[in-house]
Amino acid sequence: MLEIKNLYAGINGVSILKGVDLTVNPGEVHAIMGPNGSGKSTLAKVIAGHPDYKVEQGTMEYEVNLKKLDLAAMEPEIRAREGIFLAFQYPVEIPGVNNSVFLRAAFNEICRHQGAEEMDPIEFDQYLRQKMKLLEMDEKFIDRPVNVDFSGGEKKRNEILQMAILAPRLALLDETDSGLDVDSMKIVANGVNKLKSKNNAIVLITHYQRLLNYIVPDFVHVLSDGKIIKSGGKELAIKVETQGYDWLI
Amino acid sequence: MKNTANHNDIKTDYKYGFITDIDTDVIPKGLNEDVVGMISEKKHEPAFMREWRLKAYRHWLTMKEPHWGNFYYAPIDYQAISYYSAPKRKMDSPKNIDEIDKELLETFDRLGIPLTEQKRLTGVAVDAVFDSVSVGTTHKEILAKEGIIFCSMSEAIQNHPDLIKKYLGSVVSYTDNFFASLNSAVFSDGSFCFIPKGVKCPIELSTYFRINASETGQFERTLIVAEEDSFVNYLEGCTAPIRDSNQLHAAVVELVALDNAEIKYSTVQNWYAGDKDGKGGIYNFVTKRGKCSGNNSKISWTQVEAGAAITWKYPSVILQGDNSTGRFYSVALTNNRMQADTGTKMIHIGKNTKSTIISKGISTDYSNNSYRGMVMILPSANGARNFSQCDSMLVGNNCSANTFPNIDVRNNTAILEHEASTSKISADQIFYLKSRGLDSEGSVSLIINGFCKEVFKELPLEFSVEAVRLLELKLEGSVG
Repeated sequence: MLEIKNLYAGINGVSILKGVDLTVNPGEVHAIMGPNGSGKSTLAKVIAGHPDYKVEQGTMEYEVNLKKLDLAAMEPEIRAREGIFLAFQYPVEIPGVNNSVFLRAAFNEICRHQGAEEMDPIEFDQYLRQKMKLLEMDEKFIDRPVNVDFSGGEKKRNEILQMAILAPRLALLDETDSGLDVDSMKIVANGVNKLKSKNNAIVLITHYQRLLNYIVPDFVHVLSDGKIIKSGGKELAIKVETQGYDWLI
Repeated sequence: MKNTANHNDIKTDYKYGFITDIDTDVIPKGLNEDVVGMISEKKHEPAFMREWRLKAYRHWLTMKEPHWGNFYYAPIDYQAISYYSAPKRKMDSPKNIDEIDKELLETFDRLGIPLTEQKRLTGVAVDAVFDSVSVGTTHKEILAKEGIIFCSMSEAIQNHPDLIKKYLGSVVSYTDNFFASLNSAVFSDGSFCFIPKGVKCPIELSTYFRINASETGQFERTLIVAEEDSFVNYLEGCTAPIRDSNQLHAAVVELVALDNAEIKYSTVQNWYAGDKDGKGGIYNFVTKRGKCSGNNSKISWTQVEAGAAITWKYPSVILQGDNSTGRFYSVALTNNRMQADTGTKMIHIGKNTKSTIISKGISTDYSNNSYRGMVMILPSANGARNFSQCDSMLVGNNCSANTFPNIDVRNNTAILEHEASTSKISADQIFYLKSRGLDSEGSVSLIINGFCKEVFKELPLEFSVEAVRLLELKLEGSVG
């Protein structure tokens, strides 16, 4: 699904990713761990197409429905319409824009691109309420402006709600666990697990091992100074948890 | 005289910038008592009207151009303007729309305002004003059946002098302000609506103003009178060709609502705003005021101000009748070098009068956008209420937004609320929306729609669609 080869990327002329290789197949869950400043969030933003980050070298090939797409050449909205989703570490507030209006606009945009049927406001409202139940979200979030006056935990939950609505093929979850208490984390993890299928893939970016107790990864990668220095299974995350990163660097 | 100047090849997104090549009757530039008399004569006006104009002119001579607005422009030479321009007609007053010259019909077709029987808009009666004169009014028959008068101001002066004597200048007197006095002296045309007692106007009434000639001013005068228990929904649209020089537009609109009457007045103003460097464009100095003279009457102004190089405009309501209501909903968008100073005045006189002000200013590029408002509660206005909300949105780093709210309360039973905010469309917001599948335009339009939705929902549907499209077009490329 995603094949990253020798990726170099940076911001304002400073390289942050220095030769990342990563292969993600449908049905897999990958966790990317690493110390602060290792480039975890940058990797997520570069895959999603944040305009501040420039790809300097290497390739990102995204395969969907037997089409091979060069991600670096695609606008962020086209990546989204092709099924890439980034759950933000710091979700942005958009005053005045009603959450459900925003979600339906995004949903229909993606449907149109993928040739699926669009939903009218009534159908969409039902679909939205059903997904909100999955994440135990209060119905008041339907009509509130996007992320405005949401608590940290509510914002993160709203990100996963968007993931549930947009049903991405490749979901990148950037520090979704930070700012969540244990109960909220369980609800979010439970939601993510229900969205997992053999056709989609999830990349979790996390600082701590604790989220991985709830969303169990097939692969764990340790990123350090812009490079993946170690890959393994679930046990690698546990080892990092007890021993820190020093033994790897 | 032929208009030969042609700027149609200038690259621009202002799609109404074309010029109609038509023979016109233009009076020489300059302003004096003879010119005022000549305008009155051209319009075959009764003597009282000529006198009224002359009194206004003489008063205007004693006045000074106001300069308290938050904008700058080079001095206007009032002697360098022609005060009357009319397309030459095959006959003096066409009896029906089909007798109107082909060029004029085509012009309005191109502006999306078809006038002919076969093509005219259903559900909206249109009075089309080209430079200084009204070229035609549609749906007259349906309206006549209800006793509604909807015609050009010139016709009204000739055919309904009693109504004109009673109401013209009753809300905005000829001494009101510099531009209103000038208008009173030289106004050429505009629309007149009269809704008799108990009649709910079955269709929307609309005037479309088009400036075509160069170096002329447009001074139109609109008067709407709603008698007891009547209702009318009125729409106004305006455009002008692209020209390098500035043109003056100084209109006056007066609304009168008697007991239990309601007038809703909506404007989408899209005058040519000048080019990227601020060259050319319309100077829009407009006095709009409504008087809720009857008890329980209602007047609402809804405006989308997206054009003109300078806007100086404060649609106001005098709340004289007890329990009367005034509302002002405004979206003002400025881009390039546009300067807008707009807002409202709500003057509470009657008991339990209510007013609502919702103002949304969007500025981008190097433009300057100001809200200026006045809420005045007079000693007689027991139980008066006002709610004001003034929000500004900045797009980019070189524009400015200002708010000048004035509150003058002379009755301690009044309750006033005022909210204000300033926000900015950030690159982060755009990326967030793009990462959900919306493109740049879709993202900006979602944010702008969200910002303006309280105002857009007050517009008639077709106007609101038009307004959204207009804002999107103006904001294209200014974000991200």
